[in-house]
This record gives sequence, C-alpha cells and structure tokens, in this order.
Amino acid sequence: MLELSNVSKLFYPGTPDEKIALFGINLKLNPGDFITVIGSNGAGKSTLMNVISGVMTPDTGHVKINNSAITHLQEHQRSRWIGRVFQDPMAGTAPHMTIEENLAMAYSRDKSRGLAFGVTARRRKLFYEQLGRLNLGLEKRIRAKVGQLSGGERQALSLLMATFTKPQILLLDEHTAALDPSRAELITRLTESIVREMKLTTLMVTHNMEQAIRLGNRLIMMDKGRIILDVNEERKKDLTVAQLLGEFEQISGHKMTDDRVVFG
Amino acid sequence: MLDSMYGAVELGLLYSLMALGVFITFRILDFPDLTVDGSFATGGAVAAVLLSNGYSMWIAMIAAFLAGTVAGACTGLLHTKGKINGLLSGILMMIALHSINLRIMGKPNTSLLDIEPMFSSISPIWVKLIVMAVCILVIKFLLDAFLRTDMGLALRATGDNPRMIRSFGANTDNTKMLGISLSNGLVALSGGLIAQQSSYADISMGIGMIVIGLASVIIGEAIFGARTVFWATLAAVLGSIVYRIVVALALRVEWLEASDLKLITALIVIVALVLPSARRAMKQKSMAKKRSAQLTAEASKTPTPTGGAR
Ligand SMILES: Nc1ncnc2c1ncn2[C@@H]1O[C@H](COP(=O)(O)OP(=O)(O)OP(=O)(O)O)[C@@H](O)[C@H]1O
Ligand SMILES: [Mg+2]
Repeated sequence: MLELSNVSKLFYPGTPDEKIALFGINLKLNPGDFITVIGSNGAGKSTLMNVISGVMTPDTGHVKINNSAITHLQEHQRSRWIGRVFQDPMAGTAPHMTIEENLAMAYSRDKSRGLAFGVTARRRKLFYEQLGRLNLGLEKRIRAKVGQLSGGERQALSLLMATFTKPQILLLDEHTAALDPSRAELITRLTESIVREMKLTTLMVTHNMEQAIRLGNRLIMMDKGRIILDVNEERKKDLTVAQLLGEFEQISGHKMTDDRVVFG
Repeated sequence: MLDSMYGAVELGLLYSLMALGVFITFRILDFPDLTVDGSFATGGAVAAVLLSNGYSMWIAMIAAFLAGTVAGACTGLLHTKGKINGLLSGILMMIALHSINLRIMGKPNTSLLDIEPMFSSISPIWVKLIVMAVCILVIKFLLDAFLRTDMGLALRATGDNPRMIRSFGANTDNTKMLGISLSNGLVALSGGLIAQQSSYADISMGIGMIVIGLASVIIGEAIFGARTVFWATLAAVLGSIVYRIVVALALRVEWLEASDLKLITALIVIVALVLPSARRAMKQKSMAKKRSAQLTAEASKTPTPTGGAR
C-alpha cells in the first residue's frame, strides 16, 4: 500500500537553525491498516504527513503507493489517492462556497474537471444521503455557505469530503485537536465508523494517548524525526498510557512534551 | 439630461464586461491583477486594426477577446511559473502591453469613423439599450454557468482556499491562469466594444481602467449585494452602469473638470474600501461597551466574596 524508505527531510540545512524534521524513516502500511501516530512537539509528525501528501518533497528516500514511486509527483497529482483532514477546521473546506459545492469538489477528486455542472440533481441526492450519515442535520443546510458552520460541523464535513471517493490512504493530522472535548469525541467516533466501513488505510496523528491506544491496529511513536517505537496490534491491546509514556522516556531519554497532550 | 443618462447607461453596459473581468480576478481569485490597463487597450487596438482592415464586427470582437486571454495567460505564467509577486506580474505585463499595443496599431491611435457601430441602426434609443443589455446578460449568464461547472468550482476554490482544492487534485497554477485569462479576455472585449462604439482606439484608452473596474464592482456590491454568484456578477454589471451615471452627474457640476474624474473614481474606491472596516470596528466597539456594561451590572448584583471565614 504505502511505503516510505529512508525518508529524510531537513529544514535550513547547514545553518545554526538546522532542523531535522524526518530522518531515515522506514514505514510500510498494509492495506486496511489504521495506524495512530504520537510524539512530542516538533517530532516530525506533520512533516511526515506533508511528505506523503506531496506538500513537501523529501531530501532523501522514496515514497511509494501501490508499488509505484510517487516521490516526485506534485501534491495535486497524487491527491487522487490521498485524502486529508487538517488540524485547522478552516483548512479543509472553502468557506464562501456552499456545502453542496464543497462536496462536488470532493466528488471530482479522482476525475478530470470539465465543463459539466458541479452540482447536478443526481449528485445532490448522493450528497444528501452522505451528509445524513453524519447525523448533524447538515443535509438540510446543503445550500448554506460552509463559513456559517461551527468548527465541529466543518471538521465533520472535511472528514466526509476527504473520504468521499474512498482514497487509498487517509491522512489525519490532529484533526480533533482544535475542537472542544464533546465535538472532538463526535469527530473521533465518525472517524472510527467511516474508516471501518470503508476499510480505509489510515494514518492518524493524535495527541490523545488513550485514543492512540484504543483506536487502530498499530501505533507508532516519533521523536526528533525518527520512529522510535512501533507497537503491533497484539501488544497494543493491553498497553496502558503509563506504560507508553514510560517506554517513551526510556527510549528517548527525555519526558514527552506536548502542549496539547491528553493522557486519557 | 435624458440623453446623457441614456449615454451613461450605454457606456455602463459596454464597460460592464470589464467590471466582470475585474470581478473574476479581484473577488473570485483574490488576485489583484493590474494587467487590465494594458489588456483593455489591447482589445481596443486589435478591434480597431481588424475593423479598419475591413473585417466584420464579429471577428474583430472575438479577436479582441482572444488577445486579452493571451495577455492574461502571460500574467498568469509570470506569477505561477515565474513565481513573481502578483501585483508586479500585472504591472510588468501592463507596461509590456503598452509597447505591444503600439505595435498592433502601428500608431498611437486609430480612427474608425467610416465603421458603423454595433446596434446603431436600432431606434428608438431605449430599444437599442434593451438589446445591448440582453447581449451583456447573456455573457453574464454564461459566466455564471461556467462558475458552477466542476472547472468553475475549482477556480472559485482557488481564491477561497487554495490548500483545500489542491488536496482535492486541482492544479491551482492552472486554475489561476485560467481565471486571469478569462478575466483579461472580458476586459479586452470591453475595450473592443468601446473602440467600435466611439469610433476611435487610443494607446492610452486603458489608463485607470483597473480602478474604474474596481469602483464598479464595489459600488455594485454595496447597492445590490453579492450573496451568490448570480447576484455578484449582476452587481458588477449594474455597478458599472451606476458608476457611469454618477460620472455623468458629476460632469454636470460646474466647478468639476472632466480631468477630475480619475480623482473622483479613486475617492469612490477609497471610501468604499474604508467604510466597511470602519463600520465593523465601530459596531464591535459599541458591542463591547454594551457587553461590559451588562457584565458590570451582573457583577454588582451578585455579592462579591470579600474576606469571609476560611
Ligand atoms: N515549513 C517549515 N519550515 C521550517 N521548519 C519547519 C517547517 N515545518 C516544520 N519545521 C520544523 O520541523 C520540525 C518538525 O515539525 P513538525 O511540524 O513535523 O512537528 P510535529 O510533530 O507535527 O509537531 P506538533 O506536535 O507541534 O504538531 C520542527 O522542528 C519544526 O520546527
Ligand atoms: Mg503537527
């Protein structure tokens, strides 16, 4: 499915400000994997997402999807395989366009964009059904501008849009971090059910330790641009937050520092 | 008086395509494109040369439109592939077009006195205006329809949230170029229309167009609103007409000279740009005052825990 080999990414190389965002990352996702990613601030989690989605090109190494190299494809060229939800609820939708127009753009992700109308009666029916699955009543506001929605509603819509065309890879970068706890819980539940139903191969960055353990079938921990721990499904089952933090300190030699960290 | 109003509406209609062009770059793409001053004259120049060489009105207008799209594409290339700042790309292209326009015409101006302007045979004048309005509205509706296609949605999203639409597979470099081309095509078509109407094309006919276009868009939005694409484009067209009426009225004021027009236009744009943010700031301030008054009232009702046993 997705394969990263020896991927490194440096910022300001050779200057006093040099930042090693990723260093020698090897990661292989199997179809249907749901991997949670944790790590302290600046560990390189977002950079990992950016390198996979093509926002940044790695300095060394390769990225492959389904065994074809995509390392040098631009973001828009590989986005037909990759769905993304960002941390910022404002980032994943176009605020001055309507819900149905946003969905139409998501619908065209893996198609070429021509001169056919974006919102047709047939598509609107599909959008209506899909919005209904979110249970937020958004289907009744299908002609409302997205800018009028709350952060949680926008994030739910972003999630639906990102998964609409059943992408090969779903990348979630702390997509609940900017929401209040009840909204975050709602989005987490939606994520779980969508990923399960569509059997999406998913990489999810989270700052919630408990969630990282509970969700998915594999957990990786990052620090200073490296993957320092890779926990498989069996071990993950009876892992506790305390154990996880203990392991982190032992391997990295310092405490987990994350300004947004939630332990349980 | 009535005559000058008819004249103003007619000019407003012809210039409205230029306003639509400016609307596409400024409002939809959020790209301040200054190519307009050059491409407007390009349209005029191309139309004038073709008309004076005996080509039909249709061919002249289509060629003017196409010339504008090419100019726009160049600005788009400078900005997206050359990574030149947006404002500067437009300015560079505007300057370059000045020389190119001179080359197209071969002289600083071309007279088209022996060419019959479009619709000039239709009378009375209000029938002619209705026919013209219908033609402009057809173009407006075509633009509306385009903005609702898959391609048009991607274009709009490029101005609204480029990061998002890239993550859905659109090449924002291409959508930007498309938008800037289309915009300048409309601007040049407007320049062609003005040239045939006034039987005259001049190398400097585009100077200040960008500000006039902006003024039209802003006036239209202020009066008619811009809630949907349908209303926003209609507002640009109507704004252009209102602008010409305002100008016609201003010219009747005795102590104003025709040469003061550009100053007046700039003032209109400045006022229109400053007013909304000033109004918002004022609203916020009065709201804050009200809320803090409420809060102090609430606070004085509930007894504050001072001292007390521990
Ligand atoms: N565009 C950039 N330019 C310069 N440095 C960057 C850039 N993006 C990331 N970095 C640096 O790379 C390192 C890794 O950053 P990254 O955003 O990937 O961390 P993260 O794990 O997502 O952290 P957080 O938990 O704070 O989101 C940091 O030191 C950061 O300062
Ligand atoms: Mg991050």
